Amino acid sequence: MAQPGTSTLTTSPGGGRQHEDGTARRDFLYLSATAFGATGAVLTGWAFISSMNPSADVLALSSTEVNLSAMQPGQAITVVWRGKPVFVRYRTPEEIAKAKADDKADLRDPELDSKRVQKSQWLILVGVCTHLGCVPLGQKPTDPHGDFGGWFCPCHGSHYDTSGRIRKGPAPKNLEVPTYTFLNDTTIRIG
Amino acid sequence: MAKYDYVPSPFMSNPIVKWVDHRLPIFEMVDQQLIKYPAPRNLNYWWNFGSLAGVMLVVMILSGIFLAMNYQPSTVAAFDSVERIMRDVNYGWLLRYMHMNGASMFFVVVYIHIARGLYYGSYKAPREILWWLGLLIFLAMMATAFMGYVLPWGQMSFWGATVITNLFSAIPLVGKSIVTWLWGGFSVDNPTLNRFFALHYLLPFVIAGLVLLHLWALHVHGSNNPLGIDAKGPQDKIPFHPYYTVKDAFGLSVFLIIYAYFVFFNPYMLGDPDNWIPANPLVTPPHIVPEWYFLPFYAILRSVPDKLGGVTLMFGAIAILFVLPWLDTSRVRSGRFRPAFRVFFWLFMVVTVTLGWCGSQPPEGMALTIGQICTVLYFLHFLVFLPLLGWFERPLPLPASIAEPVLKSAAK
Ligand code: HEM
Ligand code: FES
Repeated sequence: MAQPGTSTLTTSPGGGRQHEDGTARRDFLYLSATAFGATGAVLTGWAFISSMNPSADVLALSSTEVNLSAMQPGQAITVVWRGKPVFVRYRTPEEIAKAKADDKADLRDPELDSKRVQKSQWLILVGVCTHLGCVPLGQKPTDPHGDFGGWFCPCHGSHYDTSGRIRKGPAPKNLEVPTYTFLNDTTIRIG
Repeated sequence: MAKYDYVPSPFMSNPIVKWVDHRLPIFEMVDQQLIKYPAPRNLNYWWNFGSLAGVMLVVMILSGIFLAMNYQPSTVAAFDSVERIMRDVNYGWLLRYMHMNGASMFFVVVYIHIARGLYYGSYKAPREILWWLGLLIFLAMMATAFMGYVLPWGQMSFWGATVITNLFSAIPLVGKSIVTWLWGGFSVDNPTLNRFFALHYLLPFVIAGLVLLHLWALHVHGSNNPLGIDAKGPQDKIPFHPYYTVKDAFGLSVFLIIYAYFVFFNPYMLGDPDNWIPANPLVTPPHIVPEWYFLPFYAILRSVPDKLGGVTLMFGAIAILFVLPWLDTSRVRSGRFRPAFRVFFWLFMVVTVTLGWCGSQPPEGMALTIGQICTVLYFLHFLVFLPLLGWFERPLPLPASIAEPVLKSAAK
C-alpha cells in the first residue's frame, strides 16, 4: 500500500498535477477515501456495540402489576420486575414514625421519607443494594434488619433504614424507588 | 534470522524438510527457536512455570471445546446441561473436573511465574514489553475465568456475575449505562449468559495470540536468569533441546501428579458448594466469595468503605504492575544480589497471601482491619519501598559472567 505522506507525493515526479501551494490532487483523494473508510468502520462498529444493549423484547417486559389487598401491616412481599426483586412493604405506624424521625439524621444520600413514598404506609423499593447489586435481607421478620431497622446487605455490610435509605456501609445511594402508579387503592403497576 | 552462531540440526538436511522450508521456513523456525535456541545455562526450576502455563492453556482449550459440545448457554438449560455432563456424558465428569481444576492450576502456575519475574527482576530493561504482554495475558485470563464460572449458572455463578459487573457502576455518569450494556438487560439474565459463553470461547484464543507475542518478545533478548546478568557469549548458553526440554518435561510430570490429585481425589476442594444450587435472582447467598485466585483483589476492593474508591484501588492493584519497570529504580535485576530488596520481596509475598485470606472472610472485625493494613502495604511496596530501595540499598558484587559461578561450583 502506498504511504499517504504529503511530502513524498508532492515531490515525486509521478505524483500527478500539483497546485500552486504544493498539494497534489492525490492528497485530497487519500484523505477523503480514508475519512470515508474510517466513518464507515465507526458506524459499523456502533451497530455491533449497540446490539449488546437491551433488545426490544427485553424492553417490552418492563411493567408488573401487584395486588396489595391481602397484605397486613408489617408484612412485606417481594415481586419480580425486569428480572429484579422489588420490595413492597406495608409499613406499621411505628416504622413510619421512625422513618420520619430519621429525616433529621445524618444521611449519606439525603432524601425526605415523604419524597420516597406516595402513600406513607406503602414503601416500594428496588431490592438491589446500590453497592454491588446483592439483594439485602430484611423482608422476613426473622431476617436481620441492620442497625436502623430496615434492611441489611450481607455482601459487604450495608445498612438501610425503614425508608430504605443508606445509613452505614459501602453503598453510596438509597435503595431506588421504582416508578409506580396506584391503579386503585389496592393495585399498583410498577414500571 | 538467528543472531547466534546457528548450526542446523541434522533433520534440516532431509529433502522433504528442505522442500517445505524453501516455501515456508517452518522447520527452520522450530529449529532456531525451540531446538537449537540458546538459553542461559543456569536456569533453575522457577523457569519451568512458563512452559507449564503454556501446557495449561492447551489443556483448558481442549477440555473446554469438548465441554462446549454438551453445554447449553441458556438460563433454563445451563445448570441441567452441566449436570448431564457430570452424570450422562461419557467421561463428562473427567472433562469438567479437568476444566474446573485446570483453571485453578493455571492460576497457581501463572502466579508463581509472575512471582519469579518479581524476584529476579525480569521486568527490567530490555524486557518491559515482554512484561506488559504477560500482564495482558493475566488480565485476559481473569476475564476468561470469571465468565467461565458464570456458565454453570449456580448461585455463585449468578451472584459473582452480578457483583463483578456492578463494579462498573462505580464509574461516574456513564456507569449505569455501561452495566446495562454489559448485561443486555436490567439484570444478569439470558442475554448475559449467552454473551459470556461467546466471549469465554473466544478469549482463550486471544490469549494464545498474546502468548505468541510474549514468546516473540522473549526471544529477542532471550531469557533472564537467576543471576540477572546478561550472557557474555556462547559459553554462557546451552541449546534448549535437550537440556531444557528434558527439564521442562520432568517439571511437567511432577506438576501433572499434583493436578491429577485434584482431578481424581479432591475435585471440589477449591470450589464453592453454593454453586450446586441453581441460580436464584431473588436470593443472595449469605456469604459471597469469588474463586480463590481473585481473593487478594476482592480483599482490596472491600477494604475501602467507599464504592468508587474500592473499585479504583482494586483495578489499580493490577495497573501498578504495568509501571513497575520504572518504579523499581535499582539497576541490579536479581534479588539474589539485593539483600534489602529480598526482605521486602518476602514481606510482599506474605502481604498478598494474607490479603487472599482476608478476601475469604466476612468483611468485619479483625479480617477487615488486617485487610486494610495489607492493602496499604501492597501499594507502599510499589510506590515507596521499591523506588527508595534502588537508592539506598548496596547490592552485593555481581559475578563476571553466567559461566563463572557455574564452573566454580562444578569444580568443588
Ligand atoms: C484460558 C482458558 C480457560 C479458563 C481459565 C477457563 C475457565 C473456566 C472456569 C473457571 C469454568 C467454570 C467451571 C465450573 O465451575 O464448572 C469454565 C467453564 C466452562 N468453560 Fe472454560 N476456561 C478456559 C477455556 C475454555 C475454552 C477454550 C472453552 C471452549 C469453548 C471453554 C468452555 C467452557 C464451558 C463449556 C464451560 C461450562 C461447563 C462447566 O462449567 O464445566 N473454556 N471455564
Ligand atoms: S452489594 Fe450490598 S454491600 Fe456490597
